Formats: sequence, structure tokens, C-alpha cells
Amino acid sequence: MLNQGLTEISRALTRGDYTSAELTAAYLERIEQHNSGLNAYITITGEQALSQANAADALRASGNAGPFTGVPLAHKDIFCTTGIRTSCGSRMLDNFIAPYNATVVEKFNQAGAVMLGKTNMDEFAMGSSNETSWYGPVRNPWNRELVPGGSSGGSAAAVAAHLCPAATATDTGGSIRQPASFCGLTGIKPTYGRVSRWGMIAFASSLDQAGVLTRSAEDAALMMNVMSGFDPKDSTSVELPVPDYLADIDKPLQGLRIGLPSQHFAEGLGKDVELQIRAALAEFEKMGATLKEISLDNSHLSVSAYYVIAPAEASANLSRYDGVRYGYRCNNPVDLEDLYKRSRAEGFGAEVKRRIMVGTYALSAGYYDAYYKKAQQIRRLIKEDFMRAFAEVDVIMGPTSPHTAFALGSKTKDPVKMYLEDIYTIAVNLAGLPGMSIPAGMVDGLPVGLQIVGRDFDETRLLNIAHRFQQATDWHTRTPGV
Amino acid sequence: MAISQKDIETVAHLARLHLSENEEQEVLGSINSILAMIDQMQAVDTTNVEPLAHANDAARQRLREDVVTETNQRDNLLKLAPSAENGLFLVPKVIE
Repeated sequence: MLNQGLTEISRALTRGDYTSAELTAAYLERIEQHNSGLNAYITITGEQALSQANAADALRASGNAGPFTGVPLAHKDIFCTTGIRTSCGSRMLDNFIAPYNATVVEKFNQAGAVMLGKTNMDEFAMGSSNETSWYGPVRNPWNRELVPGGSSGGSAAAVAAHLCPAATATDTGGSIRQPASFCGLTGIKPTYGRVSRWGMIAFASSLDQAGVLTRSAEDAALMMNVMSGFDPKDSTSVELPVPDYLADIDKPLQGLRIGLPSQHFAEGLGKDVELQIRAALAEFEKMGATLKEISLDNSHLSVSAYYVIAPAEASANLSRYDGVRYGYRCNNPVDLEDLYKRSRAEGFGAEVKRRIMVGTYALSAGYYDAYYKKAQQIRRLIKEDFMRAFAEVDVIMGPTSPHTAFALGSKTKDPVKMYLEDIYTIAVNLAGLPGMSIPAGMVDGLPVGLQIVGRDFDETRLLNIAHRFQQATDWHTRTPGV
Repeated sequence: MAISQKDIETVAHLARLHLSENEEQEVLGSINSILAMIDQMQAVDTTNVEPLAHANDAARQRLREDVVTETNQRDNLLKLAPSAENGLFLVPKVIE
């Protein structure tokens, strides 16, 4: 039963193949056996999970079960959970127990889901390899010497190693799609505003968006049905009706127009990865889709613009950690300024401090126009490139990452090299568009991800496309076999 | 644009971060390589381009009625504080 995805689990629970308590206990046992080798979870919530599972079984016995009743999952440790530590991968919040649930967590609780634990992540979601976590790096289940990707590396490793059937995640510049690519999973970053950010610890508020990592597009649709929708508590949450993401998931792809950005197939893309992506695109042609080369003229500027906007927003968001109201406080401060400065110096890791410094500099007097305003202007040009492309095509496809998972420690010394990891994914966040990554091939025994980008609020089509591909291929069923 | 050692000290103070000498050196080097990457933007003419702060129009910040919606959670929140007493956060003495 630990090999089943959400959809199968939901059916099995309905049929009575096993109870939620049995399934939850089996997952907890597997986590116990394998988590220490992968470091995918920061906190395992066994006791609460079993009590949620028993409550779900009782609800089912009384005839009141929904599709998610008793289904286990894990939450990225960026989502606040009442009474359970929410660390955000940081020493700063190592002792932080939120007094409320994030809206995403609340929605899954209401749907009857069982939380197995909180997954590891780059500190404050700042990283592309899950190596900046205060709780240590996460290892890739396909090869433990490699990174799982970041920042949602714990969620990705946990799903890939079957330490949970699915997990929530967040994506500010590629933090769902790149780990999905490196771990052979289906990941979706919805349109900005589609899923509530309330109770999701802020990194860069105009870019952060919650999504999921699953074993199939169908499973992702099932989760999107639970977590999407307007939330009055999030001022950027969008007041639009939420479709049933499963309703059109089988629609044929005849006539689908796929755009291929020339910039995403240029120098820098690994030849072996490109071959796999081209083969996947040929699969779509067989299904009746047409391919068209397009240009995203300003895509080479996306990483530059992002590394002004994201650190600028982060420097403002992270100013709340002052050692006074909650979180880490240094020992024996001599005065208030010493308290602020040393609490923040000791509570934050090197990458977080670096980004706070970059953001503070970019926003400081005399540099605002040259950096922050300039980056926002570039952001508009990037958005306009996408709008022009979507006048001609329905979706945009290409590689999620230029290569497969890389070695632990191989990029930690050079921040710019690490930042360029997100070269194909970052523009999507700047434009606020929905994006997915699905398994689309293997290179030397490691998964390759195909990125699919859609128009605003067109998640239905992305999930449909991903599902049809998964009906025709079996890349998404490959597992590392931990 | 390159950043100097003195800028690093000023920015660290603005951000209320204590950096050791080693950290200052490391941050100076890495920020300058990051700024070199960011400076690619300067090659693009953006005259008359309206800055984009929100990714999509639908997600523009809404205003809500100015009414109290939060319940009083003072005691709950003070429990999270590193140091609190009599319903107040405690910090080192500020006024002599």
C-alpha cells in the first residue's frame, strides 16, 4: 500500500482494503526506518497522525467520508501548524510553535487528511539544493550523494522515497518544479493568488505560491481541489471560482499548441537532457499537439531581476525576526541594538544573511532606482514576453532544469552558480503564471523534468496535459526503490 | 556597481545584522559577484516601462472594511516571547 498514490489510496480506503490507521502506522514505520538516511522530515508527528487517522476511520464508519478522509500527507515546514513546531528550516524558528494553522493546513484538516510530519527545506526557502537548512541537507533518494533540489527538497525526497504519498510545497523561483525534476515527481506551482499564502511563512511576498509534489497529475489535481480558492485573510488571494481540476483531466490534446522558447533550448542545456525533452515533445505530437518555436526575449534577465526583487522583499519580510516577540534570542545582550544584531546574526544562516544584505542594499537610499525600480521594469518586459507568446500558443514547454540532480556541496561555494540553477523556472514566478514539472525521461539513472507553463489560472489545462502524458508514458511510475 | 567594505558595514547596520570580520569579507566577495550578475539589467533600455509590482491584476491588494476581526490572543502570543512579564515583552533597558 505504500506504493500507492493519493488517488489509489482514496479508492482503497473507500473500498475498505485497509483503514487509515493501518496505512498511517505503515508510513510511520517506514519513516522511522528511512528518514535518518535522507533527512526529509524535520518533525515527525506520529501521535497526532494516528489520532487523526482514528478520527478519519470513525468518520468513514459513520458514512461521512470525503475523497481525502484518512489520506496521509506531509506539509513543508513553512506552513504554520497549531501546537506543532514550524521551523522554516531556520535556527531562528527552532522553538517556534505557531498559535494558528495556515489556511492550506486548515483546508487539508477540514478535508480529513492525516499529517505525517513537517518536511525539511532550505532555510526560509532560500536555496536550490536543500543545503541551507539549519537541520542539515536532504539527500536525493535516487542517489544519496546528490541533492534533491530546493527549496522543497524534504517534501520531494519524502514523496520520492515513499515516506508519504504526497506533500505540500512552495515555489518562489522554482522551489517546487526543480525538486520535482530532480526527484522524478509531478509538481505544480499554481498561479499567484490561486492558493492562500496565509500562515505560509513569507520569503518574497509577490512571488511565493503554495503548491504540491505528488506521484501523478491526477494526485496533484486531487490536492488542488482541496487547497485552491479565495481566502479573505490573504490580501493577494484571488476571488475567482475554482474549477474541479479532475473534471477535464482526460480531455484529448488534439489541436493543442505548444510553444518552445528558443532560449530554453540554447547553450547551457545538457545534450542528454535535451534528447529526453525532445522525445517527450514528440510524444505530444503523436497525441495531436503542434510545436512552435517562440522567443522569450528577456528571459536571460530573469535571474538578475529576481535577485533584486526577491532579496528586497525578503529583507523587509525578515525584519520581523527581532529576538523580542518570538523566535531565537541571543544570550546576555548588552543593549537593545546588540539584542537585535546578535539574535539575527546567530539565528539566521549564511545564505539568508547574504540575501538580507543584497535586499537591504538594493532598497537603500541612492540605489533604489538602479536596482529595485529597474528590476520591476524588467519584470514587466518578462511578463509581456509571455503575453505575446500566449497569443500564439496554449502552453509553453521546455526543460525544468538544464541538468539532472547535482552533487551535494558542488555549488555551495558560489552563490551565483546556485542562483543560475533556476534559469528556466524563475521567469514564471516573476510573471505569476502557473507552472508544472513532470517526469519525462531518465539520464544515467536520474530523472529529467519537463516544465509546462500556462496562462494565468489555466491549471486545469496543465493538469490535463500532464495527465494525458502520464497515460501514454510511464516515467512518473519510476521509483528510486529506497 | 561594486560595493565597498564600508558599504557592507552600513548595510549590515541597516539590516541589524552583526557580521564578524570573516563574514564581512565573505559577504563582500559574494555580494560583488551577485551585483555583477544583476548589472546585466543595466544594458536594457527601460525608459517609459511601467514598473510591475504585482504579477497579475487579479491579485492586486484588496482593501477590506476597517473592522476588528482578530480576537484578543495576548497571553497566547506572549507565551512565544523569549522573555515576557506582566503582559509585556522584556528587552534590555532603553531609557536611563
